[in-house]
Amino acid sequence: MAGRYEIRFSGAGGQGLILAGVIMAEAASIYQGIQAVQSQSYGPEARGGASKSEVIISDTAIDYPKVTKCDALLALTQEACDKYSHDLKEGGVLLIDSDLVLRQPEGNFKVTKFNITNTAKNEVGREIVTNIVALGAMVALTGVVSKENAEKAVLARVPEAFLELNKKAFNIGYDKAMAAKA
Amino acid sequence: MAKKVAFLQGNEAAAHGALYAGCKFFGGYPITPSTEVAEVMSAELPKVGGKFIQMEDEIGAMAALIGASLTGTKVLTSTSGPGLSLKQENIGYACITEVPCVIFNVMRGGPSTGMPTGPSQSDVMCAKWGTHGDHPAICLVPASVQEVFEETVRAFNLAEKYRTPVMIMPDEIVAHMRERIVFPEPGELEVIDRTGPSVPPEQYKPYDTSFGDIPPLAAFGSGYKFHVTGLNKMQDGFPTTKAEIVQAEEERQVRKVEANKADIMKWEEYLVDDAEIVVVAFGSTSRSARFAVDEARKAGIKAGLFRLITFWPFPEERLLELSKKVKAFISPEMNLGMCAGVIKGCIEGNAPVLGIFRVDGEPVNPGQILDKMKEVK
Repeated sequence: MAGRYEIRFSGAGGQGLILAGVIMAEAASIYQGIQAVQSQSYGPEARGGASKSEVIISDTAIDYPKVTKCDALLALTQEACDKYSHDLKEGGVLLIDSDLVLRQPEGNFKVTKFNITNTAKNEVGREIVTNIVALGAMVALTGVVSKENAEKAVLARVPEAFLELNKKAFNIGYDKAMAAKA
Repeated sequence: MAKKVAFLQGNEAAAHGALYAGCKFFGGYPITPSTEVAEVMSAELPKVGGKFIQMEDEIGAMAALIGASLTGTKVLTSTSGPGLSLKQENIGYACITEVPCVIFNVMRGGPSTGMPTGPSQSDVMCAKWGTHGDHPAICLVPASVQEVFEETVRAFNLAEKYRTPVMIMPDEIVAHMRERIVFPEPGELEVIDRTGPSVPPEQYKPYDTSFGDIPPLAAFGSGYKFHVTGLNKMQDGFPTTKAEIVQAEEERQVRKVEANKADIMKWEEYLVDDAEIVVVAFGSTSRSARFAVDEARKAGIKAGLFRLITFWPFPEERLLELSKKVKAFISPEMNLGMCAGVIKGCIEGNAPVLGIFRVDGEPVNPGQILDKMKEVK
């Protein structure tokens, strides 16, 4: 890769987006051996409110740790999509939950949509892994870290009893995004 | 053997830096956005024979720190703006009693409760003037996760070496940001312990200036006894109102830092040598500035970055020197001009200081700094 690649995970507080960003950054920094910085912004609420987690990935040292022109945006809620899509760059990747984000931002973006939250709930079996389904999809759509490294990073973060659940969530997200993209 | 590597938050790195420096006591009260420091210390201190106490409030935490430090222990607390305000009375007490302690303060929006989860750099004046009276002030402002670790170790070294409270103050972005960190091996970074008494207990005085400006400090429980008070005191620790003693003691306490500025001050100059515009920045804002400087150079603008790593004592002499050859300074900061004011105070009007001040919970971005550079004629 050449230069900075800027990713933003957004949704509501409590959806696990900060963790999704952390895992993406660990995949790059620890497993892929390139540079990564993860930062976040959230409200004082424990749940609800728009929340975002930003990951900058680069093959050289990263100065500014926040997004300047977003290369890839995940939006799990309408509020987050409205609030955080303003700096998505032309031709950038946009992944949205098709059940929850009904108004798409205007612009020339590579939009992928599927029912991310319901996939976690019904196909994986637990809504709590929505963030990992979304992460699998973002790994597929951005291509900045390999699927293998991302999966390693997911499994390193998860308690042993939930390894299979998260592995399934990651892979379903990855496959659905690949299918939706094509 | 390969060094241990991890992907950590600034706050987590601070806790690990404290443990590396030999910290054995943490007293604090949790507050966003610094709570992770307390979390890690509560888990790790018991493993190394240390003590963690969650106190009833912030001033109680400072009191616990002073007491623990007087037993010869290296001590840490962590807090954020509102907590820093509450600690101030006992920070002054630690200054006048000359008790080493490290205060890790994450800067969030203020005043008062302000914006608990939003970044800020508006506590830097509080680090110097928050507690009343003349007193020494040391304040470090790291800009990366690795640097938080290293500067936390240095904060302990300075506290122990100069017998004074030391503040280390990342902004919320640096505190919560995660980056790769390479853990230094034991012995790789210097670790300084305080100087103990070289005389027997009956001859010991806690403020004995025959040993210089920084008298040796005995540990309670080691057979030495002495009086500790917040009143102005004599060399044996007992109160006095004798004019010449009070004057000399106050001056000595401030001189501990002033006369050792060269040892305490730390900054980084990036492309400053031929720069016509010098951006003076610290913490996460310095990372925006570095990005902007690189962009400016590509556009043919001779810009450089002066990155403060120590905020107090402030590098007045070097900035005065630079002010004689630059067209302008730019001071981007997440407050309404605290650093800009300090710069103006030391450059004798030699160059304009252009400010970019944000208090809306958002960082100063590189584009803003670049735009400001373009205003310089």
